[in-house]
Amino acid sequence: MTNKLVIENLKHRPVRTLLSTVAIGLQVTMVLTLVGLSRGVLDDQVRRSRGVGAEILVRPPNSVVVTMSGDMTEKIVPFIQKQPHVVLSTGTLIQPTGMFTSVTGVDFPAFSKMTGGFHFLSGGPFRHADDIIIDEYYAKQNKVHVGDTIAVENKPWHVSGIFEQGKLARIILPLDILQNLTGRTGKVSAVYVKLDRPDNTRRVIDYLKALIPDYQILSIDEFVSQFSVNNVPMLREFIYVVIGVGVIVGFLVVFLAMYTAVLERTREIGVLKAIGASSGFILNVLLRETALLAVMGSILGIILTYGTRALVMSFVPGTLNQAIVPEWWPIAAGIAIVGALLGAAYPGLKAARQDAVEALAYE
Amino acid sequence: MSDQPIVSVRALQKTYRVGEVDVAALRGVDLDVARGEFLSIIGPSGSGKSTLFNVLGGLTPPTSGQVFIEGRDLHELSDRERTHLRKTTVGFVFQKYNLLPTLTARDNIEIARFIAGRSGADDPHFPEVLRLLGIEKRLNHKPRALSGGEQQRVAIARGIVNRPAILLADEPTGNLDTENSNAVLGLLRDLNQRFHQTILMITHNPEAAAYGHRIIAMRDGRVEHTSAA
Repeated sequence: MTNKLVIENLKHRPVRTLLSTVAIGLQVTMVLTLVGLSRGVLDDQVRRSRGVGAEILVRPPNSVVVTMSGDMTEKIVPFIQKQPHVVLSTGTLIQPTGMFTSVTGVDFPAFSKMTGGFHFLSGGPFRHADDIIIDEYYAKQNKVHVGDTIAVENKPWHVSGIFEQGKLARIILPLDILQNLTGRTGKVSAVYVKLDRPDNTRRVIDYLKALIPDYQILSIDEFVSQFSVNNVPMLREFIYVVIGVGVIVGFLVVFLAMYTAVLERTREIGVLKAIGASSGFILNVLLRETALLAVMGSILGIILTYGTRALVMSFVPGTLNQAIVPEWWPIAAGIAIVGALLGAAYPGLKAARQDAVEALAYE
Repeated sequence: MSDQPIVSVRALQKTYRVGEVDVAALRGVDLDVARGEFLSIIGPSGSGKSTLFNVLGGLTPPTSGQVFIEGRDLHELSDRERTHLRKTTVGFVFQKYNLLPTLTARDNIEIARFIAGRSGADDPHFPEVLRLLGIEKRLNHKPRALSGGEQQRVAIARGIVNRPAILLADEPTGNLDTENSNAVLGLLRDLNQRFHQTILMITHNPEAAAYGHRIIAMRDGRVEHTSAA
């Protein structure tokens, strides 16, 4: 009977129920989208890093691995190439162009060989000094075609090819051109190393660490394992802030909705008290209503997350990538339910403490 | 009617605090109601009859004096015990029906049983009550689909579904036309006669009051006089 009363109350005010559900749903979507973007961007980095085809990554001393900051001399590339079990080593230079975007300089013949070859969806490799190649996501997001001109580092570039995504970078220039363009002549950001056999990875890493002890030398598996929320500076804190904002929004929405509901139902609360309902019963009804709103909002929020992913992948696939993260569904729903129940606590207690005589006289 | 009063009120006083002013709503009421009696309480606005209704119904505690219902002194009851009293001993019928708008007529009656902890309990007497009230075919409608008279009949059904010792009716015909008023008053009298339901009815209307066995007139927080109907 309590559940019937709860459901009928929600059905009785469909607009308020809908607005509350949507507001809670947006809160859940906000959290899930942020987590999905964090996970998606990092997962995309992992996929593209693995797409290089190397077993080992060498980074400069004292550099932050995940952000790819810091340079080292490119003389390290031929040095590593000479070591036992090394089949191929190639250096890359990364130049950030935005918060989530960068241009990568590669030694194209060596890099292409290491990756197993670029698959061009249209056009082909560099032919002229002002040629640039881009991946399909960047092309889609920016509506760029082969033959178009794009600006990178304040300079116009002619798009000579669009390649299938998954090869480390979205925008690629020849290494020497990017070095000169950015004033980092003779420098590389990372060296990718391909071995004769993958099971030699640990042995070669140990060997290289003995040879060049100051450098950061990781297997690709170790490298990609660092692409987690915990290893990106401030990302975890940012997520916590968004979750906090979500809880506050949920709290305020439900507080207002339930406060209005309690005022509106003052007389009904008086009637329930007159027929013997305890304060606990009245509080229970309001909290169940709130919990049901939060559950409905959470389901809506999860569904909306597929919508935000579709929007991201349609409009900014070259910049952002959003994953669907089911393990966060109960967390986001829990946050929504807790925020909503906190929001309902004061109106609920107000209702439970309502004086029956005054409530029955309420017009 | 048995000799032992089901309601016994002695020197009842109730004072409300309105802002910074004390308002004496009841100033020493003495009253006995016999089991199975249909008592009408009449009086002008401000005479204290609604306050008496609220005190007898356990909706508000008395300030002083004694109020015994089925031998229990309301003055001694805690909030929780008064809530229990409303579940089990007292039924209410209000002037504005006060049905829950979100529930059907059936559920408005059922929720009173549920709150009293009698949900699911079989009560062979109740279908007869529903037939008497003439609402069996309207039970699946929500209050907005019912006429005033039908709503008041549902409210009466809700008021007696738990077989309370007393049914308190506060201006039960105040919002009804003459035809529906007569029907509701006739039903209250039938309930009293056929099921020996004790009824205390507050009314402004002397014609309505005449349906009771006895009429008490209140003025200025006191019982002014008592007369047979």
